[in-house]
Amino acid sequence: MDDRKPPNSQRAASKTAHTSDSLRLRAKARQIRLDILDMIYTAKGGHIGGAFSSADILTALFYAVMRFSPETLATGEGDRFVLSKGHACEGYYAILADRGFFPRTELASFLQYKSRLMGHPHPKIPGVEVATGSLGHGLSVAVGMALAAKLDGRRERVFCLAGDGELAEGSIWEAASAASHYRLGNLTCIIDRNGLQISGPTEEIMDPEPIEQRFAAFGWHTTDVDGHCFEELTAALHRTHGEQPALVTAHTVKGRGVSFMENQAGWHHRLPTVEEYHQAKAELKGHPC
Amino acid sequence: MAEPNRKAFSDTLLALAEANPDILALTSDSRGSASLNQFASALPRQLIEAGIAEQNIVGMAAGLAKSGKVPFVCSPAAFLSMRSIEQIKVDCAYSGANVKLIGISGGVSYGALGATHHSLQDLAVMRSIPGLTVVVPSDNQQTAELTSQIAYMEGPVYMRLGRQAVPSVHGPHMPSQLGRGLMLQDGQDLTLIGAGEVMPGVLEAAHMLEDGLGAAVRVVEIHTIKPLDEEIIMAAAETRAVVVVEEHSVHGGLGSACASVLSQFCPVPVCILGIPDEPPVTGSQSEIFRHYGLDAEGIHSRIAAFWQQLQRQRRRG
Repeated sequence: MDDRKPPNSQRAASKTAHTSDSLRLRAKARQIRLDILDMIYTAKGGHIGGAFSSADILTALFYAVMRFSPETLATGEGDRFVLSKGHACEGYYAILADRGFFPRTELASFLQYKSRLMGHPHPKIPGVEVATGSLGHGLSVAVGMALAAKLDGRRERVFCLAGDGELAEGSIWEAASAASHYRLGNLTCIIDRNGLQISGPTEEIMDPEPIEQRFAAFGWHTTDVDGHCFEELTAALHRTHGEQPALVTAHTVKGRGVSFMENQAGWHHRLPTVEEYHQAKAELKGHPC
Repeated sequence: MAEPNRKAFSDTLLALAEANPDILALTSDSRGSASLNQFASALPRQLIEAGIAEQNIVGMAAGLAKSGKVPFVCSPAAFLSMRSIEQIKVDCAYSGANVKLIGISGGVSYGALGATHHSLQDLAVMRSIPGLTVVVPSDNQQTAELTSQIAYMEGPVYMRLGRQAVPSVHGPHMPSQLGRGLMLQDGQDLTLIGAGEVMPGVLEAAHMLEDGLGAAVRVVEIHTIKPLDEEIIMAAAETRAVVVVEEHSVHGGLGSACASVLSQFCPVPVCILGIPDEPPVTGSQSEIFRHYGLDAEGIHSRIAAFWQQLQRQRRRG
C-alpha cells in the first residue's frame, strides 16, 4: 500500500477563502437554491428541506474545493464525489448542469416521464458515478474510491456528503471502520447536520450524538463548522490530516434560505403552494445570505 | 474426485491477477474458506481484507470498480447474497459497477452448520436484479473457464461456488461459455436440467433411468442462470417432460426460470426437484442431498414416480 502523503495539505493555506471568493460562492449558492425551488415547484416533488440545507456545502465543494469537471472525470485526474444523502439531488443536478455536464434546460425535466433526472442520482446522469438514495451506502463506495486512489498512488481526494439521519444506518459504521483501517487520509465525509429528519428532530428519532466523538473513536479526524459559512466550509474541506480520514460536521438549517421553511421537519419534502413559491423566490433573490 | 471448485477458482484468479494488477480479491475474514491463502502470500497488495462486514465490502467493491479495479468479493454465499443484497442491487447492478461477487460455500455446502449458513434463496434473489449475471459452475474445469470469462466481461456478476471436492462433469472436449447451456447427452423422452454440484447425480440418474425405464434421457446443464439460454430450454419441449434439479429452494431458482420459459412458449410438464420450503435437516451436503432426494438415487426414484404418473395421465387422456 502506498504511504504517500495525501494531497492538499499544502493547498489549504494558499486557498483559504477570501471575502471576494465568498461573495462569488454566495451568488452561486443563491442561484442553486433558485434552481432547486424551480425544479421542485415544476415537478411537484422532491426534497426541498435537505436540498436547501446542503446547498452551501455543495457550492463550497464544487466551486472552491474539488478539482471536478467533465474533463477531470473523463481523464481520472480530478477529485471524486458521492452524494450519500441521495434525496438532496436537486442542488447536485443544478451544479452538474452549471458545470457543463448536461444542459441547464434539462433541469426542467426533473421527475418528468422518461427524464434522466430522477428523484435520486444514478450514473446515467452525466457527472454522477454511483447510484445513491438508499441511505447508508455512499460512505462505503467512497471508501472504495479512496482506497483505489491510494493503491494506485493517485493524488485524488474523495468527498462524501451524508445526512445526519442516515448515521443510524449500520453500514455507515462499517465504512467508518474501514476508512481508518486503510488510513484513507484522502477521504472526507461531510455530515449535513440539519438536525431534522422526515419524522422530526434527529434527537427524538434516533439520536446520532455525539457524532464527532463517535467518528473520533473510529479513528477519524473531526471538525465542525457553520455549514452556511463559506470561509469555514472551504477552510475545513481543503484541509487533510495525514493518514486520518476527515469528518466535517456542517451545522446547517433545514430549509435554509426561505424563512417559513427553516427548521421545519414538514418541509423535508413538502411542496410549496403558488403563494409560497413566489414568497420563497422573493426571499431567495433578496436574501442577504 | 477432483478438488473443490473454490480451489479451481482461486488458482485461476491468482493467474489472472498476476497478469492484471487491477484484479483484486476482497475477503470478509474469509480468505481460508475461499482458498485464497496462496493468493494472499503471492499477491499481498491485491488482497483486500474487509473484515466481517458484508454491506461495506460490497459498497467498497463498487467504489473500487468505479476507479478501474476489478474486485472479486469472496464471501460466504449465505451472507453475501442476503446481508449485502441491497448493496448488490444499488451499488453494483444499478450503478453498473464491474464487481464480481463470489458466493463461496454456496447451497448447503456448510451442511450441518444449519440454515443460517445455507444459501438456498440466492439464485431467486440474484436473478431478479436487472443487469446482474448469475453463474453456478459444476466442476473444476467449468469453474476455471467461467472465472476467466467473468473477469474479462464488463459488468456485475454473482457466481456461486461449493465447498466440497467435486467429480468432473465434462472434460476439455466440452468447454463452457457464459450464457450458453450445455447438452451433456441427447435423448427424446425426458429432459433433465441442472446446475452446479447436483450435476454428477443428475447424470448418474439419467443413466439409471435409461437402464430402468428404457427412456432416452436428455441432460442439459445451465451454468449461467442469467442471462438464461432460453433456446436450449425451449428445445426441451421436444421431449415429453422436463425435470429440473437444483441445490436451491424449489421457489424462484433454476426450476422457476425454466418453468417460466416453457410455460410461456411451449408448455410441457415440469417437475422441480430442490430443497422444500423448510429449514433443511441437519447433515453434511451429501446427507442433505440424500435426505431430499437430490442424489442420483433420489433423483432417479422421484423421476420414476413422476414418469409413471405422466404415463397414467396419458393413458387416461
